[in-house]
Amino acid sequence: MKFKAEIDVMPLEALLDPQGKAVSQSMGNLGLSEITNVRIGKHIRIFIEAASKEEAEAKTEEACKKLLVNEIMEGYTFTVTEAE
Amino acid sequence: MKFGVVTFPGSNCDQDMIDTLEISLGQKVEKLWHKENDLKGCDFIVLPGGFSFGDYLRSGAIAKFSPIMNEVIAHGQKGGYVMGVCNGFQILCETPLLDGALLHNDNQKFICKNIFLKPNSSDAAITKDLDPNKAYKIPIAHGEGRFFAPNDVIKSIQDNNQILFQYCDEEGNVTDESNPNGSIENIAGITNVGKNVFGMMPHPERAADENLSNIDGKFFFESILANLK
Repeated sequence: MKFKAEIDVMPLEALLDPQGKAVSQSMGNLGLSEITNVRIGKHIRIFIEAASKEEAEAKTEEACKKLLVNEIMEGYTFTVTEAE
Repeated sequence: MKFGVVTFPGSNCDQDMIDTLEISLGQKVEKLWHKENDLKGCDFIVLPGGFSFGDYLRSGAIAKFSPIMNEVIAHGQKGGYVMGVCNGFQILCETPLLDGALLHNDNQKFICKNIFLKPNSSDAAITKDLDPNKAYKIPIAHGEGRFFAPNDVIKSIQDNNQILFQYCDEEGNVTDESNPNGSIENIAGITNVGKNVFGMMPHPERAADENLSNIDGKFFFESILANLK
């Protein structure tokens, strides 16, 4: 079976995100000062061949830990669904 | 002693490093392609600067899985010498050889300029013969050089005397103003517990030729050559 994982990778809360900070500031400049604390991460989509959803989740977890995420600086969440 | 300089797709300081080692220091150098599985008898491996694999995903993240890196990691883990400069440092931090990570500079700019470095640890080959009271002028050229590690890791790096270099001003004072990228403790370079793996963001190979009017970086290589075990 084919599964799809949607992965969000975000800079850890404790770390300064200069990109997000620059975007936060420009929100004020364009009159959207209600928008604050912008943080910018990555969205990664992968497809997985697996016998079950659990196996697909385990493979996604392994991909995150080994390559997609550096846990010193980033955190991640993902959802796995059956692909069409 | 034979040096091996690894080229990854996107490396762009490999030839500068080879020229420094061969021409300025008279050393034997082997060029190593990232797809090779053999260090060809090299004793000292250098991962040069550049943008390996286009810095895709994260700087150094993909280069870590190049075939030659299995050999480089094994070499470093059994006490062999490995040095990473700039992107090479970023790659080493992605491997088990060095602690920490290199984040986007705190000002979100790519910084290309001369900075000053104060040698810290005196028991690594690269810093042993340097003057701890001198500020060495060395260029940096990076967008992701903000050294970060969790507090407990920083403490163990300090306790084990693993900080090689700190950013400082021209007089050698380690200050917030002289920190170009927001690195914790002004850290510009570190070593491992075994003191055989060196990583640094500044480029000593770009300051090792009299024709460039700055040979402060040459002292780093001379210290390495004088103190290799």
